[in-house]
Amino acid sequence: MADARVNVPAECRRGEPFEVRISIRHAMETGYRTDAIGKTIPRNVIQRFTCRYNAVPVFAVRMSPGIAANPYLRFFVTALESGSLEFEWVDDDGVRGTAQAAIKVV
Amino acid sequence: MLAVAPTALTQPRALPLDSLRSGITFSGADIRAMQADDFANPGFLWVDRGEKLWRDAPAGSQSCATCHGDAPKSMRGVATRYPAYQDSAAGVFDLEARINDCRVRRQNLPALARESDDLLGLTTFVATQSRGMPMQGSIAGPARASWERGRDFYYARHGQMNLSCAQCHDVNWGKRLYTETMSQGHGTAFPAYKLEWQSLGSLQRRIRACMYGIRAAMPGYGTPELTDVELYLAWRAQGLPVEAPGVRR
Amino acid sequence: MSDDPTARSPIRLSRRRLLQVAGAALAAPLAARVGDVRAQTLPELPVLTALLAGRTPRWERLRLEMPRFADNGQAVPLHLSMPGPFAPGPMLQAIHLFSERNPVPDMAVFEFPLPPDRVDIDARVRLAGAQRIVAIAVMSDATTYAASADVEVTIAGCLDAS
Repeated sequence: MADARVNVPAECRRGEPFEVRISIRHAMETGYRTDAIGKTIPRNVIQRFTCRYNAVPVFAVRMSPGIAANPYLRFFVTALESGSLEFEWVDDDGVRGTAQAAIKVV
Repeated sequence: MLAVAPTALTQPRALPLDSLRSGITFSGADIRAMQADDFANPGFLWVDRGEKLWRDAPAGSQSCATCHGDAPKSMRGVATRYPAYQDSAAGVFDLEARINDCRVRRQNLPALARESDDLLGLTTFVATQSRGMPMQGSIAGPARASWERGRDFYYARHGQMNLSCAQCHDVNWGKRLYTETMSQGHGTAFPAYKLEWQSLGSLQRRIRACMYGIRAAMPGYGTPELTDVELYLAWRAQGLPVEAPGVRR
Repeated sequence: MSDDPTARSPIRLSRRRLLQVAGAALAAPLAARVGDVRAQTLPELPVLTALLAGRTPRWERLRLEMPRFADNGQAVPLHLSMPGPFAPGPMLQAIHLFSERNPVPDMAVFEFPLPPDRVDIDARVRLAGAQRIVAIAVMSDATTYAASADVEVTIAGCLDAS
C-alpha cells in the first residue's frame, strides 16, 4: 500500500528553507464512529509524526482525532547538507509507518 | 415536476450536451483547490496503490503489466468507454467488474471485494489514465437493454421521499439543497475522494449514498441494477472529461 | 398639538426617532469593539489554561488562517504562519492547536526541535461543528503568541450511510 506520498524539491539551495509535503494513508479513526450494526469503531489515530533530516529531528507533530483522515502536512525545512529526510509515524495501535525522500543541496 | 420517461425511440437528452457541467463547478474553493493539486488530492494515495498492484506480479500469477504493459499507454481512453458490454459475460461491466474479470479469468486470482482499497486503487489507477478525455461510451447493440433499465431507474421515484434522480439532477441542478448546490449528478469524477467518506469511493458507492439520502433501499454492490445506472450516467455525461480521482465534499 | 395625551406629536416622534438613531450609532462602534475583544478571547479549556500557566499571550505575529465556511467538517484546511526573523532572540519551540467544541480539545502540537527559519504550515483538521480554533505559539523564553479563527461548518443536504 502506498502508505505515504512525499514531495520535496529536486534541488535545494543551501541555507534556504525548502517545502516539504507529505500525504499519509491513515483512517485516523476517532473512536466516535459506529459501524453498520451500531458497534463503536475503536479509536486509532497517529499519535506522533516525526521528520528527521540526516538523522536530526527537525519537525514533529503530536496528533489527535482532530487531525483529518489521511493526514496532509506541508512545512518548511532549512537546507543544510545533502542527504535524506526520514519520516516516521506511530498510531494508537503501535503500528509504525515510514517514508523518506532524498535531499540534494546545491 | 416529474418528466415523462423518454422512450427508446425518442431518446432525448434532458440535459443538452452543451449544458453539461462537472460537479467540480458546483464545489467550493477548498474542494476545487484539493482536486486541482495532484499532491493535495488524497485520491492519489489510491492511484499509487493501484500502480503498485498493476506492476507487481502476485506469487504464481502474472501482473497486469505482463499483458497490458505500460498503463498510461494501454489504458489511455479506456475509462471513457466504460461501462461497456462484455461479450464473454453477456452483460455490461463497469471498470471494477472488468478488472475483476481479468483477475479471475486471466490471472487466476480471486476477485477483489467492492470498495476494498485494492480494487479502488486499481480502478482509480486505470481511470486516471483517461483524465481529461471526454466520455464517449456506446449504448448500441446489446448494451441498449442495460441503458434502458438504467434510464427507467433514473426516472422512477424511489424511497420514502419518493424522488427520482431526474427531479434533483435534471430539473433542480444549480439550486440549493440546504447549504449545498445541487449538481447535475455526473459520475465522471469517480472513483472520488469524498470528504464525508474520509476515503476514496466508487460511483456505485455514490449512487447508494444518494439512495440512502432519499430513504430508499440501497442496491447491492455489483448488482446489475447499479451497473445499469452507471451506464445511463455515462451516456448522460457524454463529452464531459474524466476527472478521476476527483475530490468532492 | 392635540389635547389627547396618547397622541404622538410629530415633534415627539421625531425626537424619539432621533434618540433611536443616535442610540444605534453609539451602539454600533461599541459592538465592533466588543467583537474585537471577542476575537481575542480564549475559550475556557483546562488544557489551554494548563499550557498558559498564567501567561497572557500576545495577539500578534502568529497567523491562523482557515476558511470562513468549511465544505465539510471532516477535512478543513488550516494554515499557520509566523514571520521571522527568529534569530537572534527567542526561538519558536511549538505551536499548539485547540478546539473549543471538539470532544478532544487539544487538536495538535507542531514541534520544532530545531529552531525554524520559516514557519509556514498547512494541515487539515476535523471540526465537530461551527467553532473557534485557537493557536498558541510558545517561544524559547516562555513568551506566548495567540491567533484564532472562526469556522462555520456546513452540513450536507442529504444523509449518507453508504
